[in-house]
Amino acid sequence: MLAARVILEQGIHVEGINFFTGFCVEGHTHAIRKRDRGRPKRNNSLWTAEQLGIKLHIVDIIEEYKEVLLNPRHGYGANLNPCLDCKIFMVKKAVEWIRNHEFDFIITGEVIGQRPMSQRKDTMPVVAHESGAEDLLLRPLCAKNLPMTKPEREGWVDRERLYDFSGRTRKPQMALAHSFGIEEYAQPAGGCCFLTDEQYSAKLADLWRHLGEKRYEFDDIMLLKVGRHIRPAANYKLIIAREEGEVNFLQGYRKEYPSLKTLSHTGPLALIDGDPSEEQIGQAAAIIARFSKGKMEQRVEVEITSPNGEARILSVKPLSPRELEKEWML
Amino acid sequence: MTRVKVDARRLLCPLPVIRVQDRAVEMDPGDEIEAICTDPGAMQDIPAWCRVHGHQILEKRKVENEYLIVVRIGDHHRE
Ligand code: SF4
Repeated sequence: MLAARVILEQGIHVEGINFFTGFCVEGHTHAIRKRDRGRPKRNNSLWTAEQLGIKLHIVDIIEEYKEVLLNPRHGYGANLNPCLDCKIFMVKKAVEWIRNHEFDFIITGEVIGQRPMSQRKDTMPVVAHESGAEDLLLRPLCAKNLPMTKPEREGWVDRERLYDFSGRTRKPQMALAHSFGIEEYAQPAGGCCFLTDEQYSAKLADLWRHLGEKRYEFDDIMLLKVGRHIRPAANYKLIIAREEGEVNFLQGYRKEYPSLKTLSHTGPLALIDGDPSEEQIGQAAAIIARFSKGKMEQRVEVEITSPNGEARILSVKPLSPRELEKEWML
Repeated sequence: MTRVKVDARRLLCPLPVIRVQDRAVEMDPGDEIEAICTDPGAMQDIPAWCRVHGHQILEKRKVENEYLIVVRIGDHHRE
């Protein structure tokens, strides 16, 4: 937001691009989880564009992003976040975009030393080079610490009116935002991407381990965002809704996955992902019963519905807390 | 004037916006897009997208469990 504002101040036409990888936090999570509904439901990029008075283009890169996440040349960060490869890929897409739309150069809000993996002094040129942007990539907030780019050389932008921010502190950015009259300056440090989340990454790693290879479909990564995931055996796992919003969301998947629901007592909806044996279906039902209001009862009735709508009922003894193994919880 | 339908049911934001946006590329000022969504977030996001691109919202309402949003492409589209 700030980088765009700095360039707008120089009278230059700016438009925004937002890439949707499928791992973006906002939107989905708010839509799904009821407890998050108190938070602003806005799309942050659209909101920012509106504050700046610029157009915003949202680009769906879900399919192409798979290659970035599955085989990152520069590896992962603290979790399964391939930040450096991700940046390179996004700038590369931006290069394509400016060529197709007759724009002259690209700006990003990066600041040297702000993030451990992708915003170091030595990785800045890697992004510019490997994306093919080379000297068309300008970082207005730290440009003065970096070699001159074409827009500066050609006099399209005034280098003197760019900045030399560096390091993890955000104070200079806050001060600059304040001087522009920007009061709500939201720039979360990786907080907008599920791949930086430890728990999410653990669930994704579990998915790959049990698929026997690194791959995913869009539905897989959506379902990893929702519910409690329990893997009692290598060949199946349960996704259990934790609240009403998640129940509604999981309902939409009942034609693709077998589902479980307690009948005799109030309880959550759960999906089965995998191929459990008959005995394991009984085990799954006992687990679901554990999460129902009947968890202290001797028997709980659980309905199992297959994707074609066929339903049957099992009567099970809810699992005791001791039997619910810690390692099952993802 | 052309009016097209965009089925964005079961898609979560920002995908409904992306579907409408990608459809708008082929359209002319005055044309209309009727989007049907199931994610209530679209009720905020599609109008926000319209505001930044200068399009107009003609209609926005809940029909049972779905949301209907009608967009009119703005006069300065493609500029
Ligand atoms: S946090 Fe996520 S979106 Fe951001 S650079 Fe890293 S992988 Fe990409």
